[in-house]
Amino acid sequence: MGRFLIRRLINMIPLIIGITFLSFLVMSLVPGNFLSTLKLNPRISPQVIKQMEAQFGLDQPLWVRYLKWLWAVLHLNLGISLAYRVNVTALIGSRAINTIILSGCAMLFSWVIAIPIGIVVAVNQNSIWDRVLSFLAFFGMSVPNFFLAFLMMWVALQTGWFPIGGSYSVDYSTLDFWSRIADRINHLILPVFVLGTAGMAGLMRLMRSQILEIKNADFVRTARAKGLSERVVIYKHVLRNALNPFVTMAGYSLGDLLGGAALVEAVMNLQGLGLLLLDAVRQLDIYLVMGSVLVGTVLLLAGNLLADLALVAVDPRVDFSSVAEQ
Amino acid sequence: MSAVAQLMAEPAAALPVRRAAVAREWRLASWTVRASALCLTLFYLLAAASPFFAPYDDTYQNRAMPDCPPMRLHVCAPADWAHGFFYTHPMRMVDPLERDYAPDPARRTYVHLLSRGHLFTTDSPKDPFYLMGSDSLGRDLFSRIVYGSRVSMLVGLIGVAISFSLGITIGALSGYMGGLVDNLIMRWSEIEMSLPSFYFLLALAAIIPAGMSTVETFFMIIAIMSFIGWAGLARIIRGMAASVRSRPYVEAARALGSSRFRIITRHVIPSVLGYAIVAATLSIPGFILGESALSLLGLGIQEPAASWGNLLAQAEDVQSLARYPWILIPGVFIFLTVMSFNFLGDHLRDRLDPSNAQ
Repeated sequence: MGRFLIRRLINMIPLIIGITFLSFLVMSLVPGNFLSTLKLNPRISPQVIKQMEAQFGLDQPLWVRYLKWLWAVLHLNLGISLAYRVNVTALIGSRAINTIILSGCAMLFSWVIAIPIGIVVAVNQNSIWDRVLSFLAFFGMSVPNFFLAFLMMWVALQTGWFPIGGSYSVDYSTLDFWSRIADRINHLILPVFVLGTAGMAGLMRLMRSQILEIKNADFVRTARAKGLSERVVIYKHVLRNALNPFVTMAGYSLGDLLGGAALVEAVMNLQGLGLLLLDAVRQLDIYLVMGSVLVGTVLLLAGNLLADLALVAVDPRVDFSSVAEQ
Repeated sequence: MSAVAQLMAEPAAALPVRRAAVAREWRLASWTVRASALCLTLFYLLAAASPFFAPYDDTYQNRAMPDCPPMRLHVCAPADWAHGFFYTHPMRMVDPLERDYAPDPARRTYVHLLSRGHLFTTDSPKDPFYLMGSDSLGRDLFSRIVYGSRVSMLVGLIGVAISFSLGITIGALSGYMGGLVDNLIMRWSEIEMSLPSFYFLLALAAIIPAGMSTVETFFMIIAIMSFIGWAGLARIIRGMAASVRSRPYVEAARALGSSRFRIITRHVIPSVLGYAIVAATLSIPGFILGESALSLLGLGIQEPAASWGNLLAQAEDVQSLARYPWILIPGVFIFLTVMSFNFLGDHLRDRLDPSNAQ
């Protein structure tokens, strides 16, 4: 396991370097930079602009800036946000936690609902429930995240049952500890519902097809022939084997989850990583963009790694050498 | 050979055969698939003949009627048919501050069918018939949706065409060549696949300069999304190509002295085409959603040009969303399109799956 971990971590290094350099390249292709708006301001003298350019290193060639940035990142310093004038690390830290909470809850929500439904639907294949729920799954799969977010905002506006966007109430800072938690949860309900629904349909369909595939396997027939009850056959034999791809999927659905979360954050005005990145892109705040992309990438890679570890733990047929091969 | 590949491989001379095949496909399809096919046909018609289907110009601003709700269509009594078959009661602004409207039952605006080159329109855009309401600048939302369909419907097709030619070519090349080329291409695609794609899409969208024309922006968005989108397909095609490589018929072709180019284009690519068509259909929604999301966030197609995404941008304002819920209608169009492609792709996959061949 130790060797596997080390190998995977080493493999990540070129990946991260590649991705960050690509993003750096892209940001340097952007016409103008953070200072271009300041240059148009007649009250700021060209000397000050020059000084700021030197301060932020904007007058240096691309690769020098990249290497400097990379060197700073190795010291856990993601640079200074040009627009906010604060340390990017601190800015991203609090936002990333919000995004992780949102994505995690959404994932949990979709699993808790989708897996039982998938089982029921597969066991009663071609029943009316199967048809109705499979149709609804298409519905859920096809509703764009941002559209559902708008619809939920509209519901919140009409009913007044939920807060209208935002991560917390205006009076958040005056609340005590438990009220704060309740406030946060209250603000999370709709976003989690929106983000969870998107993944739910896919999970349900996967569960259904998995069970249908395994239902006719030899070992299931053996279990039935032994005289086991249908319950035991489904829960002990079919289900355990059907869960396998879910572990892999959990890791790889993280990318979609992060992307979906970014849109939901933008529509519902949640203080997450995606919204931060969006603002940074709009303001051409290069170090903030780089930091967000880097943190997003690391989250994704860490998720994939965790999923692989979990797969080995869950399935005795998979060992580290076969995971490493993939 | 799979049904779709067969359809594609048939020469044009075999038209009756092909028509029979289309009829057979239609019979085999469920009602959801038929509805999806009809829905997409309709939307592509909207895109192809926008000026005909839209009652008004998409940029015409009726400053007197901002945020007007959808109007009701009434059928004229037979005695009135000299004026027209349909009419609507014009809306009157009751409260300019709240932008509240009420229909004026005393007056009528006639809606003419097939008049002045439009499917339906009124005598003047100053006395409009707003099928789906108007936006904050008094532009007809339905007309804007019709014109916006050009962006949203085309972005999927062109995007898929680009990313799939890239994906199939690179994948087939990589799988067939093996060795260093394969290794390099796969490492590169790994980088692309490990990207948090939407984050990267946002970062890339910053390259689009503010002064670009709509058409340039449109192709820029497609280029960006194709750049991200080819890797997944290339990896799968590569796997299939690598397995095709050692099949007897490819070995036979090699033994007969076929060049690598010929083997790749005549043997490897056709054998993976069936799968690629399914994957293409299922990846179109991704492009449509990507464009909508970018335009919604203000990074894609810019006003005054319309796309289904940027039409939704008005809903980002909570007050507008609360008072003028019809501004969400463009989202319904996005949803219907995405669902249709999902149904079609799923159906194609079932049809192409050899395990349930007819």
